[in-house]
Amino acid sequence: MKYSPLIGLEVHVELNTKSKMFCGCPSDHFGKAPNTQTCPVCLGLPGALPVPNKKAIQSCIKIGLALNCTINHLSKFDRKQYSYPDLPKGYQISQYDQPFCSDGFVLLESGKRIGIERVHQEEDTGKLQHTILDGKKVTLVDYNRSGVPLVEIVSRPDMESSVEAKEYLKKIHELIRAIGVSSADMEKGEMRLEPTINVKIEDERGVFYTPLVEVKNINSFNFASQAIDYEIKRQIEEFEKTGIEKSATNKTTRGYDSVKKITFLQRTKEEAKDYRYFPEPDIPPFVLDDDYIETIRQELPFLPDQIIATLVSEGVEPKYAKVLYANEKALIAFNRNKNEEGIDKAKLSSLIANKKIDIDKDIPSQYQKLNQVGITDISILASIVEEIIAANPGLVADYKKGKTTVLGFFVGQAMKATGGKADPRTLNILIVDRLKEAK
Amino acid sequence: MKPLHSLTIKEVHEGYKNGDFTCTDLVKHFLKRIEKYNPQLNIYLSLNPKALEQAGAIDREIKEKGIDRPLLGIPFAIKDNFLTLGIETTAGSNILKGYQPQYESSVTRKLLDAGAIFLGKTNMDSFAHGSSTETSDFGPTLNPWNPEHLPGGSSGGSAAAIAAELATAALGSETAGSVRQPAAWCGVTGFKPTYGRAGRYGCIAMASSTDSPGPLAKNIADAALITKVISGQDPFDATTSSLPVDDYPQFLDKQDLKGIKIALVKEYLLPQMRPDVKDLILNAVSKLKELGATVEEISLLDPKYSIGVYTVIQRSEVSSNLSRFDGIRFGHDRDLFCQESKRRIMLGTYTLSAGYYDAYYKKALAVRTKIVDEFSKVFENYDAIVGAVSPGPAQKVGATKDQPMFGEMEDVLLEASSIAGLASAGVPCGFVDNLPIGLQITCAQFNEKKAFEIADCYQRNTSHQVFPNLDETL
Repeated sequence: MKYSPLIGLEVHVELNTKSKMFCGCPSDHFGKAPNTQTCPVCLGLPGALPVPNKKAIQSCIKIGLALNCTINHLSKFDRKQYSYPDLPKGYQISQYDQPFCSDGFVLLESGKRIGIERVHQEEDTGKLQHTILDGKKVTLVDYNRSGVPLVEIVSRPDMESSVEAKEYLKKIHELIRAIGVSSADMEKGEMRLEPTINVKIEDERGVFYTPLVEVKNINSFNFASQAIDYEIKRQIEEFEKTGIEKSATNKTTRGYDSVKKITFLQRTKEEAKDYRYFPEPDIPPFVLDDDYIETIRQELPFLPDQIIATLVSEGVEPKYAKVLYANEKALIAFNRNKNEEGIDKAKLSSLIANKKIDIDKDIPSQYQKLNQVGITDISILASIVEEIIAANPGLVADYKKGKTTVLGFFVGQAMKATGGKADPRTLNILIVDRLKEAK
Repeated sequence: MKPLHSLTIKEVHEGYKNGDFTCTDLVKHFLKRIEKYNPQLNIYLSLNPKALEQAGAIDREIKEKGIDRPLLGIPFAIKDNFLTLGIETTAGSNILKGYQPQYESSVTRKLLDAGAIFLGKTNMDSFAHGSSTETSDFGPTLNPWNPEHLPGGSSGGSAAAIAAELATAALGSETAGSVRQPAAWCGVTGFKPTYGRAGRYGCIAMASSTDSPGPLAKNIADAALITKVISGQDPFDATTSSLPVDDYPQFLDKQDLKGIKIALVKEYLLPQMRPDVKDLILNAVSKLKELGATVEEISLLDPKYSIGVYTVIQRSEVSSNLSRFDGIRFGHDRDLFCQESKRRIMLGTYTLSAGYYDAYYKKALAVRTKIVDEFSKVFENYDAIVGAVSPGPAQKVGATKDQPMFGEMEDVLLEASSIAGLASAGVPCGFVDNLPIGLQITCAQFNEKKAFEIADCYQRNTSHQVFPNLDETL
């Protein structure tokens, strides 16, 4: 019996543009008084029309480029229609069959590629607040978030464990932050995760796939990982009990309860919506030529994988390259000093990574001190050591008795004799050897 | 001197300059006239409570600075689907009864900036769903030429306001025929600019991909001036064009039509068209030739295909655009949608549903592209296409009952030009049964100037733009 989980991820990222996706309202909605950042457009008032935010689209394309996607020359917005109180127009402006970006990938540490199916632009919904007002259970709607630019990153079902999923998510998070299009603060809901999971089961009876399950709106990597593990176990057990295989119609949506650490059924495919997508007539299609895409590519900073690869090519050990990348100050310290005279890049990176060097102080002098290389020529040092040992038979005897502290005296004398130029390590070895030999 | 209600924009401005009357005089005159005739004709749904106050301010401005704005002190009737701050806006539907807009629509803002004064809001088919004003939740508007007949629609109230001389000028909007058809049935001048020439922001959406605001007026000169004012890129409407707006009035007053090449579409002289209507169109063609234009007969895709394409696209967009009226906001429940709106929402929802999208919407888009291409080819060789606006004159009140495709049959000659987003003028070209008939002069996208030039020359050299004496017709 063999179980192979198949995991795909949908990641929603709120962009940090100044204004919303289709109007001039501020997009920073966190902690603002309800309904103070709205206008006819994001309230869906009669006659209001969307005007797309150019900056947001550029950010979406940046994400696509960072994820090695193809940027489509022809793209458009579509209306995704469903009725919900937090969706004032009765439809969400999203992208259906012509997203801005498609077919990219993320490389995991192992070298495994996780495919990216698409990266598309859409708008966020308002927020519902279930509360009690004047003793009555009510639901209030806050439209501050309505129309905030949202990018959706859809992976292929290429991940086989929660560990891979978590690594993938961390990579995405790191990338989004590196290119500066969002702070991707999970606690503020700026990055939301939706894994889709099923399991391939192989045994003597044949090969089976369990029904697809999408787990909605998770806001932490750990919860995503827990939900995935729970689902894998649950699906295998359910299959053993029922034998139900994946079909075109039995995909279900589940929620994750982070307290009980379980997933729970939200809706089945029979209840699933037909979104009646059609091209958004209020926004003309986009024609993006190579020059335009290239201009956006030029605006991209170096990406994590590129930076690490560059460090490794300079001789930095991969494990230290990652430490340097993770600490911006350390990386700057390394880059500023790596070309100084007498500095070995590999050695410098290891000293910084292991915190042997205080990066707030002068780095070359610390480096020199830690890497002082004195006289290592044994033919010169051996004769000096010989002389000192011959001149101090008493201390040699003490050493033999086990008083090893006298070692410091011999080293000190030898250093003195060389004017401090002897290499302490070499010296140490020579003296210990010689003392062992002495009678 | 002509009575105040009969004056064109130019004549009103001359009157102001000469001190013959003030804006307050003119507004008072119209309000009195509205009070007299509106109860029977049902043209205005609501009046601007501040009209007289605003007229006073305009009079002071004229006194101080003269007439320095193109529409200063011109009393307008505004179709009720344009949001107007301070004036209730319903789009002819009970769903929005009592709705006070939170912002001013882009084109009414432009009219106000140009100095226009709004008398009130005019009746229309509910959410513009119709070609009769009969689907209005507030009762039909009646045709000033004969109150037993309909004014057409959906801008029926605005067209009737011009015909009944209850405003100097009017604003309407056309999705497919909604300016030109009521203009024809009421015997006034209407103009549909190119799609994307005038902004739609604040115009309650019917079919987003063809909605075009346009004027209804006493003549082409007035229509050209208003079109110039409302045109231009709208920062709040991504589908508007950044092309510069031509100075349309400059293209008027041409001596003749020498060098102009006009196409008469064979298929548009429908077999079911009344012979007397066909004769009027052919008379108009003779007049155009007489004025120096060359007219040739050409062949285009049968207009019946346009009906199919338009019906699918429009219903689909309608079903989506009306979903914001979800019963949660705006005060009224969805069961107040009129029968026709419900029918359109259901058909549009169906054509967009999984499994049907490809068969309907996608196919309609493909045919739309074919129609656009066909027109482009025609306009490589011709300046304009002419034909009837409507197959016949205004139909009788009650004619839309049990006729779900009423509008499409009446607008059969207009839908192709609308789905291709063309510029088109509608001008009166004669009468049958004492009811007016309209001629459409349709030009390529953004070639408004040519449509104005031809329509103006035709209008000045004929005498079909006339107005009923309401005391006789009512």
